[in-house]
Amino acid sequence: MTDLPAPTRTITPRGHLGTRVRDIVRYRELLVNLVRKELRVKYKSSVLGFLWSLLNPAMLLVVYWFVFSVVLGSGIPRFAIFLLSGLLVWNLFSIGLTIGTSSIVGNAGLVNKVWFPREVLPLGAVGAQLVHFFLQSMVLIGALLIFWHPVDWVYLPLLPFALIATLLLCSGISILFSAVNVYLRDVQHFVELLLLAWFFACPIVYPYDLIANKSTALGIAYLINPLTDVVLVFQRAIYGNYSPQIHSYPYLWYVRGLGYALVVGAIVFVVGLSVFRRIEGNFSEEL
Amino acid sequence: MAAAVEVDHVSKTFKLYTEKHTSMKERVVHIGRTKHQTFRALDDVTLTIEAGETIGLLGHNGSGKSTLLKCIAGILQPTAGAVRTVGRMAALLELGAGFHPDLTGRENVYMNASILGMHRVEIDRIFDDIVGFAELEQFIDMPVKHYSSGMYVRLGFAVAINVDPDVLLVDEVLSVGDEAFQRKCLDRVRTFQAEGRTIVVVTHNAELVRTMCDRGAALDHGKLIVVGEPNDVIREFRERLMAGVTSDQEVGLQVARSELSPAYGKIKIRDVRVVYASPDAESVEPGAPVSFEVEMESQEKIDDVVVAFSVFGSMGQYVYSTNTFNKGTDVGPVDGRKTVRFALTSVPLLDGVYAVTIGVHTRGGLMYDLWEQKRRFEVSGGGRDEGLVVLPVQISVETPDRRPS
Repeated sequence: MTDLPAPTRTITPRGHLGTRVRDIVRYRELLVNLVRKELRVKYKSSVLGFLWSLLNPAMLLVVYWFVFSVVLGSGIPRFAIFLLSGLLVWNLFSIGLTIGTSSIVGNAGLVNKVWFPREVLPLGAVGAQLVHFFLQSMVLIGALLIFWHPVDWVYLPLLPFALIATLLLCSGISILFSAVNVYLRDVQHFVELLLLAWFFACPIVYPYDLIANKSTALGIAYLINPLTDVVLVFQRAIYGNYSPQIHSYPYLWYVRGLGYALVVGAIVFVVGLSVFRRIEGNFSEEL
Repeated sequence: MAAAVEVDHVSKTFKLYTEKHTSMKERVVHIGRTKHQTFRALDDVTLTIEAGETIGLLGHNGSGKSTLLKCIAGILQPTAGAVRTVGRMAALLELGAGFHPDLTGRENVYMNASILGMHRVEIDRIFDDIVGFAELEQFIDMPVKHYSSGMYVRLGFAVAINVDPDVLLVDEVLSVGDEAFQRKCLDRVRTFQAEGRTIVVVTHNAELVRTMCDRGAALDHGKLIVVGEPNDVIREFRERLMAGVTSDQEVGLQVARSELSPAYGKIKIRDVRVVYASPDAESVEPGAPVSFEVEMESQEKIDDVVVAFSVFGSMGQYVYSTNTFNKGTDVGPVDGRKTVRFALTSVPLLDGVYAVTIGVHTRGGLMYDLWEQKRRFEVSGGGRDEGLVVLPVQISVETPDRRPS
């Protein structure tokens, strides 16, 4: 037996938020294993394995480039790099949220039989997408090297914070929706619709200035969406002020937007955890 | 001794919906109109389980024993009250829960053990034990979807039992795998007991409680009715069970039976008595006689009557059955009261409690009345032999001639 003090657990109708967080931290290895499992299952018995996750953004890159630069002629030079700098972080968010939402229902067998902090399931789904994000970034780095596109080094230190904001938002909403999805199974479909609208509400396939130039109020309204702030930071750091059509704002403007996204992310995360804690008691009856 | 598990005024209520709406659309359509009944699975249960003891939770189906175990395991949250547990807990509720078919045995072991709260280094240390215990050395790097169901369950059990739990929760799963593996599991449970770990067993098998547990607790309709010495608990449990059967459950059964048999109720069994050799005996020795008196009654004269007699073991094993027709005995017309005696000149059974089922029916099999395992008799004093029946064994020893060749 171990020398550590035996873990004591109290099961009540509603656990404390602090206890929940401590439980999640205690089960961090399970989180790592869940991420590993997700990746391993996905690439098991496929010849190209991890290459598939690179081919997906590479294909998107070609298609979007063709549609927006050649067919529609958006007029943004090196549109592919502009697109990918925002799209990859969006993919992290949207796929993480989609899989995270169905993670509790999808693992009903486990939830019904073993105790562990259930929040680990949506977190694991988001974690797997984070790994994908880093893999897919290789495509972007490849594109940067091919075009010999200069990144803006001054803005690069902001990227980890932008990533943290994205993860907080994505995990918070995933945790919330995964719990609600147990009771209302069509949350899954609702999320698909939500993400479709949300995607075009973010300046990913078009520059932010297109909105901000129309009216200042609309531009500010756009920034309420925390993902807009995140995407803008990514675009500023990676695509830079390469195109004269894309306005570059002062450094502090980006920092402020990012700060806002982080605060919203933190709030959403805490709200997600508290709602989850409130309604998880009946999971195994509903599954 | 310190408490390993404290169940403190725990209640659990389930909502039973006549119709379940699990989508937003349906919820909106049926808003405020969803009918449900509440069902109290646990009703103010308070129980302290000391560290190092083995306790058996007895109860028939629907008594709330599994709900209580799930509350202790943390899978269900109580509606009211609290459960406090100390130490690592491993639940043998469903073996191999969470195995992913595409992953290999090795990967699943790591996954499963981390679900049970283990760290990688700890799993590394016990990995060989797990594989050895499950006897799956050759197959451990194969995806578990290629495993047989026996291999699957063995691996699940091996993980659960090797994760070094302080408290082991067992829900009627000791009947997995082949006989040799079962014995191994029971051995491991005994080792656990010897090591001073806490074990909570849920079962409806009273004999398992008698042989394995330090203490027993019986549940009935969500209430804890008795806690204490296994023998006391088992007695109380049996009495309650019988009392319960004669009331509300029996009514439902009778309705079902009268629908099946138009003859049902024309003859009623009034009593079934177990008659031991002497009036004050409470059990019968193997090989000694015992008889059963069936008293029945009818309101009208009925000619076509067969009385059936069956014996069941404590784990529900079907031991023996016969009836008056097969034995060539004519019960004759029943008009008013009549008693039929089944006398066993010698009981070829070993120690244990056996149940008797008596049925009265027509030669064509239409049921008049049925007393299903309502009477029990005990066999004891069988020495050190084990099993169900006494076989007439004769042992001889031969020593072959040893000649120098």
